[in-house]
Amino acid sequence: MATMSPPTNLWEQVKATLSRGPTGYSFLGLYAAICTWLLLTNPRTSLNTDIAFALFLLLLLIIYRSQVALGFKVALGGVMLLVVLPIFGTLNPFYIDVATQAGIFVALALGLNVVVGFAGLLDLGYVAFFAVGAYLWGILSTEQMTLMNPAWSPVPPIMFYPFIFLGLIVGAIFGVLLGLPVLRLRGDYLAIVTLGFGEVIRVLANNLDRPINITNGSQGIRGIARPPLIFADFVRNTLGLNLDDQQLYQQFFYFTVLLIVLLTVVVVSRLKHSRIGRAWEAIREDETAAIAQGIPLVRTKLLAFAVGASFAGAMGVIFASKQLFINPPTFDLIRSINILAMVILGGMGSIPGVMLGAVLVTMLDLQILPRLATVLRDLQRAGAPIPSAFDPTQYQRLFFGLLLILMMIFRPTGILPDERRKEELVEDQVVDLPLDDGEVDGGQPPPPTQAPPGSGPIT
Amino acid sequence: MALLEATNITKTFGGLTAVNDVTLIIEKGVIASVIGPNGAGKTTFFNMLTGIYKPDKGAILFDGKSIAGTRPDQIAALGMRRTFQNIRLFDNMTVLENVLVGMHTRLHVPFWQIIASAPGVRREETKARDEARERLAYVGLDAKREELAKNLPYGDQRRLEIARALAGDPKLILLDEPTAGMNPQETDAATGLIRRLRDDLGLTVVLIEHDMRLVMAISERISVLDYGTKIAEGDAHTIRSNPRVIEAYLGKGAAGAAA
Repeated sequence: MATMSPPTNLWEQVKATLSRGPTGYSFLGLYAAICTWLLLTNPRTSLNTDIAFALFLLLLLIIYRSQVALGFKVALGGVMLLVVLPIFGTLNPFYIDVATQAGIFVALALGLNVVVGFAGLLDLGYVAFFAVGAYLWGILSTEQMTLMNPAWSPVPPIMFYPFIFLGLIVGAIFGVLLGLPVLRLRGDYLAIVTLGFGEVIRVLANNLDRPINITNGSQGIRGIARPPLIFADFVRNTLGLNLDDQQLYQQFFYFTVLLIVLLTVVVVSRLKHSRIGRAWEAIREDETAAIAQGIPLVRTKLLAFAVGASFAGAMGVIFASKQLFINPPTFDLIRSINILAMVILGGMGSIPGVMLGAVLVTMLDLQILPRLATVLRDLQRAGAPIPSAFDPTQYQRLFFGLLLILMMIFRPTGILPDERRKEELVEDQVVDLPLDDGEVDGGQPPPPTQAPPGSGPIT
Repeated sequence: MALLEATNITKTFGGLTAVNDVTLIIEKGVIASVIGPNGAGKTTFFNMLTGIYKPDKGAILFDGKSIAGTRPDQIAALGMRRTFQNIRLFDNMTVLENVLVGMHTRLHVPFWQIIASAPGVRREETKARDEARERLAYVGLDAKREELAKNLPYGDQRRLEIARALAGDPKLILLDEPTAGMNPQETDAATGLIRRLRDDLGLTVVLIEHDMRLVMAISERISVLDYGTKIAEGDAHTIRSNPRVIEAYLGKGAAGAAA
């Protein structure tokens, strides 16, 4: 059983000292300075840089968790994200790409969190909406248009900006399309249908190359347009930074993703603390009781699907443009499950938790696990007693799976759980203790005397 | 005009006729009870009034509007609210949030305003919170507003369900066994609360109840169901002395005790 608030020990004292007051400010400042120095002096991708980058992400978390003035937090976080990381990105393209990927997944996880965490609707096909957004821009901005109909031509690259918005809307429409048939389903049944939906979208992408070539099938779409670098002159001449186009695009996508993530966080947290968020939560808790309060079930659930899907649609457009190439396997079931893992690992329903989960899983996927594999392989070559048949690079998913299992055993509520959810699970654990009469009815305190059965519970 | 007119309502589940040709007229401002042995069809009847089931036959008029076949959330929005026999609170939401959810139909700021955090949003939210706290204070739960609903003692949970129903500014409130599982002191408190709902707030109250002492004490009108059929109707005195009720419900042995 998870122990809540252990008695004040050394660790707690250190934490308290470093998170507020003069020590808090100097600790954060010093940490940020060391981090910056480490990053800027280790630009070549290596284990050292990995560690520096991990420290950098940890710094962001510590800034968020510390109890210094809000203005200081925002300023320090802003400097790290808007200045230090982009500068580091000009020195090393890999890490800014990782950061951009992480940002994309943060937005996706936040979107899925609306459906799964807030409204309690388990969606296993979420990546479908991401695919819809990606294929929207992928098809309309490339030669696919001409392949479909010789009279058509690709939309100009500058349309990328309105297409982010269009991706939002198309994502929402697909969210509603998925939502409509599954409204009557709950729990496991809903999960299976959404899983099917996700597969349908992927299979469509795979097979819509005949009779008319819409998606170019399993070949995928190449040469997806990127918006013109309208700010290139400003950066090169006014700021005097000598960056090539490739670097400029990396910066561009990094900042675009950061902006969308920021907007997503604002929108999602405003919704969470509104009548709509409460209605979602009520539906998650007890549908019948929610209806009895006058909450329209259909509209409220569809809204959750639409809001969740819209972020994925918008991010799909950006993703397609950033990657230049998309194909059906990019949007397979594993991707959906990965996003769900981010939500659960971080803490369902908790906005900071889900963001952390997304960053962590992306880092694991792109950085930590590959690095671990290289380290193990180097050890193997150096003669460490690792069987030669064992190829560490093949076992990345195994480590990921093990981590998930351990996580769920030792911290089932996620890393930064929603405060209320935390209590919910802790409470359930208390109830789950073997009672002498074995009366466990899902956490509901048993009434003093058994209520008469009457006409039975309504369904 | 009566507030609620349910005429000739029938509902069958497969071969079982749960409610058979029942008519119930509720005048504005009364406290009425529906009683009957277990399985008599009382809760099924409530479920048809609130729109969870659609009656096979019959008409339901609420406040002059026909509501047979109307969705439950629409009926709730029209001003008919209920509590549940087996308490159905939003367990993992706070007491205050439960009441705020009950207020859902009265909050109207549109989606895009919430996203834009328009000034109207905060205004409405503050007003809703104040009002929710008033409702909580009315049932005596304001001090516990930040607790999770599931952590409340049993009697408080029942009262919270009533506060949540009140949050919708209902015209009619249906209470399904509001004192089930309560001890005598809690029952007395609940009786007082139900009476105040009518006397202070002018609500019309219909309850399903097994506690005869409570039913006889506060109901102006009692309807008795047995095997889905209404077998008697009238004030406490009439019901107490009705031989069919005594036979079907109270039993012959209890007839002597009740007299």
